[in-house]
Amino acid sequence: MGGFVSRGFRSRRRPDAETAERLPPGQYLTRDFPVLSAGPTPRTSLSTWDFSVVGALPEPRRWTWDEFQALPTETVTKDIHCVTKWSKFDTVWEGVSLDTLLAGVETDATHLVAFCDGGYTTNLPLAEVTGGRAWVAFTFDGAPLAPEHGGPARLLVPHLYFWKSAKWVRGLELVERDRPGFWETLGYHNHADPWREQRYQGD
Amino acid sequence: MERSGNETDRRLDGNAAGGLLAEAFCVEMTTAVVVCAGCGAEAVVAELLRYGHEMGAILRCAGCDTAVVRIARTGDRLWLDLRGAVNLRVSAAP
Amino acid sequence: MVELETAVVGQPRRLPWLAATVAAKIPETPEATTVLFDVPGWPGHRPGQHVDVRLTAEDGYQAQRSYSIASPPEASQLALTVQRLGDGEVSPYLTDEVRPGDLIELRGPIGGYFTWTVADGGPLLLVAGGSGVAPLMAMVRHRAAAGGGPPATLLYSSRSWDEIIFRDELAGLVVADDGLAVVHTLTRSQPPGWTGYGRRVDAAMLGEVFGPPTAGAVAYACGPTPLVERAATDLLALGYAPDRIRTERFGPSGG
Repeated sequence: MGGFVSRGFRSRRRPDAETAERLPPGQYLTRDFPVLSAGPTPRTSLSTWDFSVVGALPEPRRWTWDEFQALPTETVTKDIHCVTKWSKFDTVWEGVSLDTLLAGVETDATHLVAFCDGGYTTNLPLAEVTGGRAWVAFTFDGAPLAPEHGGPARLLVPHLYFWKSAKWVRGLELVERDRPGFWETLGYHNHADPWREQRYQGD
Repeated sequence: MERSGNETDRRLDGNAAGGLLAEAFCVEMTTAVVVCAGCGAEAVVAELLRYGHEMGAILRCAGCDTAVVRIARTGDRLWLDLRGAVNLRVSAAP
Repeated sequence: MVELETAVVGQPRRLPWLAATVAAKIPETPEATTVLFDVPGWPGHRPGQHVDVRLTAEDGYQAQRSYSIASPPEASQLALTVQRLGDGEVSPYLTDEVRPGDLIELRGPIGGYFTWTVADGGPLLLVAGGSGVAPLMAMVRHRAAAGGGPPATLLYSSRSWDEIIFRDELAGLVVADDGLAVVHTLTRSQPPGWTGYGRRVDAAMLGEVFGPPTAGAVAYACGPTPLVERAATDLLALGYAPDRIRTERFGPSGG
């Protein structure tokens, strides 16, 4: 991007060796939980909230909030990495694994598109979200997920940049052809692996 | 303020996207008038509401929240999406 | 406007990054500092416009923010008045770290909507919240430099007496000019004996300070989003025309 160095301007804190090992390239560690939203925070009442799996499967699946809460849950501790370069270690989430939500589904789909209140979407290969790698989370740090962080429920795909962990998620559409989502159609990387620094298309 | 947890404090307006817009267009864009594809409302770009700060500028209709203008810089490329606008007009007066 | 003229004759209007030299720093309040820059190649600006500031660290890390210009077009140096954000990385650099002689990159001017010059007429009604006063101060200073112009009233909301940016300069301008009025409201704490407003800007306050709309009146509101939206809504309710109310939601997006 060019530009000359301004004396005394420093990048955010330099990590120690142990931290550096856990940080993907170009990231810095934060203790905050920055908020980045592509739109206003939706307010969906739990009495009307539902979660569905639609698209390329014989029968759509749908759960009300109460039904969803009754599914088996997992509590996981994960490091998360935002494309805006902050990373946060050891975040604790409780949610339902996508393995559970997609169990036994017969489909020719190769990808899914997560859809959300407010219109946000993000796309993921099915192979990347099964095998204990993705959840629909509804608690953070032991408390109900705050609306600004995606509550009542958000996708959690911690091994990819955090825009893939869609806030306010309401369902998954199984698709036979990949369909880039909100940021993926505006120059951001389709796959988004922080360890390969896949920030932008072409990276 | 971005971390205050107060939604209305995080949201800015189209004025704040002027620099990014100037990279993509060769005329002053904050005074351009757009018609929202969601609700038909007309608005000056400066008065659209801005979200998405560090990843790009998502300029939304103040009336219906439609993303009227989306623009992002990825490295040395600019990406522009005007699907949310019926049209966009700029002054061509000498 | 210059930029449209160049566009019409077919020269793309590019906004180059310019090297700006820090000329001086002026402490305004405990949290706000004005940085004065010499900017060779500065094309001039209209009151209300802003610049992008870009900082690069030794390791290549870059950060970019927008700041309103507080100086009038008549001034020889460009003034940015910066509020320090505790968890920010650009604003603490500008308020605490930079010293005269340092070089930073900036580009501008940016924005053609939230601008005013004496040629645009008035009366001029200004509503400021906190450091959102900066672009409005450029208008007030421009009006003074132009030798007056239409009557102007600034309603300025600060948290406390000590946090009023440009307090003494505004008081001096009011003394020197019958056509300028400045009304403060202090939302968090008021000094002993304070008889002014002590609450957030509301419809009653706007009505008392500005009165009913008069021919030619034009209003500019700049500050945190809640204040700006409140002011715009209330001015509409008071009968001001929507196309005579201009707003700039002013707030750090990450410091």
